[in-house]
Amino acid sequence: MRPVYFVSGGVSKFEKARKDATFQALVKESFDYALKDLGLETKKALELLDSSVISYFSDHFTRQLKAGSMVHDYLGLCPKRTVRIEGGGATGGLCFQAAWKDIASGVSDICLAAGLETMSHVLTWKGNEFIALASDTNFDYPVGGFYSGYYAMMVVRHMKEFGTTLEQMAMVSVKNHLNALYNPYSQQAMRVTVQDVRNSEMIAWPLTRLDICVMSDGAASCLLVSENGLEKLIKAGAKIKVFAKVTGIGSGIDAMRMADRPHFDLNEFLEKYALPHEKESLETLDYYRELWQKGFRYPGVHSFRAGRVASKTAYEMAGVQDPRKEIDFIELHDAYTSSEIQTYEDMGLCKYGEGGRFVEKGITFMPDIDYGIAFPLQGWLPVNPSGGLIACGHPVGATGLMQAVFALWQLQESIEKHFGNKTLQVEKAEKGAIHSHAGTGTYVTVTILEREA
Amino acid sequence: MKKEFEALMQKILAKSGINWPFPENLDFKGMPPIMVHDPYRIDYIHGFGQDSPFFLGIKNKRLLSTKCSSCGYVYGTPRAHCMYCGSECQWFELPKTGKIHTFTVCHSGSEAFLKETPFILISVEWERVNTLFFSRLKGVDVKNPSLDWIGMEVEVKFKKRPKNSKNVSVADVYFVPVRKQ
Repeated sequence: MRPVYFVSGGVSKFEKARKDATFQALVKESFDYALKDLGLETKKALELLDSSVISYFSDHFTRQLKAGSMVHDYLGLCPKRTVRIEGGGATGGLCFQAAWKDIASGVSDICLAAGLETMSHVLTWKGNEFIALASDTNFDYPVGGFYSGYYAMMVVRHMKEFGTTLEQMAMVSVKNHLNALYNPYSQQAMRVTVQDVRNSEMIAWPLTRLDICVMSDGAASCLLVSENGLEKLIKAGAKIKVFAKVTGIGSGIDAMRMADRPHFDLNEFLEKYALPHEKESLETLDYYRELWQKGFRYPGVHSFRAGRVASKTAYEMAGVQDPRKEIDFIELHDAYTSSEIQTYEDMGLCKYGEGGRFVEKGITFMPDIDYGIAFPLQGWLPVNPSGGLIACGHPVGATGLMQAVFALWQLQESIEKHFGNKTLQVEKAEKGAIHSHAGTGTYVTVTILEREA
Repeated sequence: MKKEFEALMQKILAKSGINWPFPENLDFKGMPPIMVHDPYRIDYIHGFGQDSPFFLGIKNKRLLSTKCSSCGYVYGTPRAHCMYCGSECQWFELPKTGKIHTFTVCHSGSEAFLKETPFILISVEWERVNTLFFSRLKGVDVKNPSLDWIGMEVEVKFKKRPKNSKNVSVADVYFVPVRKQ
């Protein structure tokens, strides 16, 4: 496999409703930004691009089948190769990895990974339904399923097993909404308190409106290249100094029906799912032994096995031994405050069951922002410096790619250039992770990006 | 619905900060982007295929599931083939009572269920059954959800359908707390 580089990206403005542009024009907005950032002429880029991978989640939202090929067509890439990628909430993450494969395999030198979603075409309730159709329509959806309900059930079990609190979840909301104040791309930036989160409208107990991401219209684009591709771009006039190398990709999936998730014993967990730094720590092993003695089983409905498998695979490929020490920041799929906490555990930032208490340490907050809460270890490993899905919005097919773009800008140290201020710039960011996640942990991808100059 | 849509469109227009410029040289009156109301309705002939015995069970007020004939894995929601060894599964009847594994109270939801809010979703567990079953809980106070509901003993119930009704849905199944004698 050839090394793959991620050289440029763009994000359209995310809004509740972008009626000024169809899905094609939304992608074009993000694509043009990516080219402009390289100083590359559009015509040259169109000549040089070998292929595209276009992602969008729901044909129901677009009400246009083959919308992927229409994006490719609108951008001016006919008759080159393109393919559409779909995988629920992880659609964007899967798209990025599909483009990686296109380059790594030697099939393409330059590939565009672009994603979109136009969720404003129906009322919110209908949108809830379209999203819920990505759960089992024979056994789950007809019962009254909708995704906030499923996630609420998962975190209720987490609360019961581990004592995770509503306040701990609300802290994630405080963090992501406040980070977003410094990100002009965000859709819902604001300063909220733990109390505001708890007082906001109850959607599915215990998740309130401020625990949950919003629906959006939006698009994002990423340019991935081989070494040859890099040379071709530079020759064509692109200014590329600092970029990212994709050093690890991982993905995992789990049963569509939450009811089907397994409940493994400790041996099976240690054998198949524990991370190297967990296995090496006697303290961690003791902790897990005790947990299982108390009746804990893995993953149950409180943990995302697919998130663990995705992390484990990506870490192995990137040679990450201990993510807590080696990763500088994470753009994490926080569709819910609860799932950010659960994902800390899947990604090995803390032990299973410790996610809630881990939030209280402040590790995942930005170091220099005043959140109005005193933390002992604030800013050691920022998670969602951008504001995440909760504050930036979640135009499903674009989301994973938006995360990739924000991560690239972190590694380039170009946050100030793109955001107009450097509050959210993670200092000396050398290695970042992006995490994309589909409903109740059905598809999850983790991708490791490293600064390259 | 049309009225609701028109209200939404007005709201979008009022908020819309970005307007695509209309060509000035064609003597058009300037206006915001154009939107139209465009309903879409589909009737499906939906089949339950190999899961049909489960739905026949519901019609006969019996909650059925499957267990693997080869490795013995027991499912709380039926699968015709085992997800661990690929073997064919056999049907059996689940016990009338189980316990709540987890739950939520939905105050919002998909369009089709909005009028039923607030409603309670639960996962049910049974002893010696390896997986869960997703359903509704009735008969508890939706205003006072509590983690103590986890572990509560619940009994399966079936909604009544008109005698000649051919329709059946997993939503015909629900649970209520077991009344202590």
